[in-house]
Amino acid sequence: MKILVAVKRVIDFNLKVRVKSDNSDVDLTNVKMALNPFCEIAVEEAVRLKESGVASETIVVTVGSKPCQEQLRTAMALGVDRGIHVETDDKHESLNIAKLLAKVVEEEQPQLIILGKQSIDSDNNQTGQMLAALLGISQGTFASQIELSNDKLVVTREIDGGLQSIALTLPAIVTSDLRLNEPRYASLPNIMKAKRKPIDVTTPEKLGVKLKSHTQQLSVSAPTERSAGVMVENVQELVNKLKNEAKVI
Amino acid sequence: MAILICTEHDNAQLKPETLYAINAAAQLGGELHLLVVGYQCQRVVEQAAQVSGVAKVLVVDINCYQHHLAENLSNVIAEIGAGYCKNNTQYSHIFAAASSHAKNIMPRVAALLDVAQISDITGIESANTFQRPIYAGNAIATVKSLDGIKVITVRTTAFDAAVEQGGQAMIEMLDIVYDLKLSEFIGEDLTISERPELTGAKVIISGGRGMGNGENFTLLENVADKLDGAIGASRAAVDAGFVANDMQIGQTGKIVAPDLYIAVGISGAIQHLAGMKDSKIIVAINKDEEAPIFSVADYGLVGDLFDVLPELAEAL
Repeated sequence: MKILVAVKRVIDFNLKVRVKSDNSDVDLTNVKMALNPFCEIAVEEAVRLKESGVASETIVVTVGSKPCQEQLRTAMALGVDRGIHVETDDKHESLNIAKLLAKVVEEEQPQLIILGKQSIDSDNNQTGQMLAALLGISQGTFASQIELSNDKLVVTREIDGGLQSIALTLPAIVTSDLRLNEPRYASLPNIMKAKRKPIDVTTPEKLGVKLKSHTQQLSVSAPTERSAGVMVENVQELVNKLKNEAKVI
Repeated sequence: MAILICTEHDNAQLKPETLYAINAAAQLGGELHLLVVGYQCQRVVEQAAQVSGVAKVLVVDINCYQHHLAENLSNVIAEIGAGYCKNNTQYSHIFAAASSHAKNIMPRVAALLDVAQISDITGIESANTFQRPIYAGNAIATVKSLDGIKVITVRTTAFDAAVEQGGQAMIEMLDIVYDLKLSEFIGEDLTISERPELTGAKVIISGGRGMGNGENFTLLENVADKLDGAIGASRAAVDAGFVANDMQIGQTGKIVAPDLYIAVGISGAIQHLAGMKDSKIIVAINKDEEAPIFSVADYGLVGDLFDVLPELAEAL
């Protein structure tokens, strides 16, 4: 079976973003960008399914400006076979991304589409579910384990209070949670090899997808910062403060 | 125009999260309709009808909705949300609490209606303008919806809960079947705990990588027992395999805001702070006095958690 993984280029997760002084947006000039951590887990899962013989081909797709190809290369260095770049602006909303991905899915006909559950920039947690809706197919979100069993994909999902298991009819959408796997590091030979793997470049126009804005970002502001309080010397002083000063116990 | 609020429940009990979504929606001033979709969920319907401020409870009680599978549930919500035929009710908004349940369902509802979802709102400026945290809460975006129907999920820590009693809503049964059979429920493995749920607890004590292993979390339990607290963990502790992921507090885990949050052996990565920095009082216990967690703590204690925790349990 063919597996498609959709990935996003985001700010490196170790960095703290700054808000622009005119409050129009966050400032990403000269900031280190990386593959979204949950997308990396999605890529790893696809590669493992290929290695174990379940998948015959793995494809990685991303939507955004030219530099996003770096993240396609990263995914291919981890083992994905080829890439698709839908070249357009970087600031598309989830529904529009899902519409573009739906078109790519129609063309490629993968049996399984894996996405990260959430990107660490916009924190929406939407695209996978929206893509499943547009395609009218099954979804297994927040997956901590997936396994193919008799033409069905058994997905263990992280839910509030525990785990849930569901069986999905293929084709299916899976969104990865933290514990699905631990992504490998790309080896130098694989990074070199990834440079020669093919990337097809397309555009929303070529895909025949008309997009419109559903939301408008009016402003972005910095949150109110918490200031540091006091240091206490010992447990007794701490309990005292909590009882008599903060009155929370 | 009315506002539709999707309830969360297990067919037996209305989840408290829903009350926050109701109260957030009430700020807009429209007529509030609760939607209960499930199977043999009569008790939930009774609870929903008593919530203060609710005008109507719409009920779809059919066996294909027993396990709240995303494909079936999103279709029925979208159909009702698009315009509920009796009395020509049009909905301006569809609200839900931003729990893992709603995160699974609501984006699917939005896409079926060809509208955006505005996730995890923390503030309401007007009927179409909302505030929501982005970049792990390091920035707050003010977002205007351009859609006719606004699909909204609510960060429960940013709103008060609606009052559970005093209402007398009309109950209306609907017969809408979506038995798509795209997915199938196999089973659930839920943590049975005597402790309060993380998202509703007044006191939370959390452990990080500094705990060393999962067994050492009993040291936290001893303190939690004294305070009727819940136990959480940082992503580092979950990554290291100490505890289950449903205990994770942070950007991609649970967002909490208890009266008292005690962070033990947690350095304070931005991803963790995103999940707890709205707590009323934060206590940090860490042996590294340079740990970033101290910069958000009301009270900091530098010390070895293996000495401090037993002493704390004793002192309480």
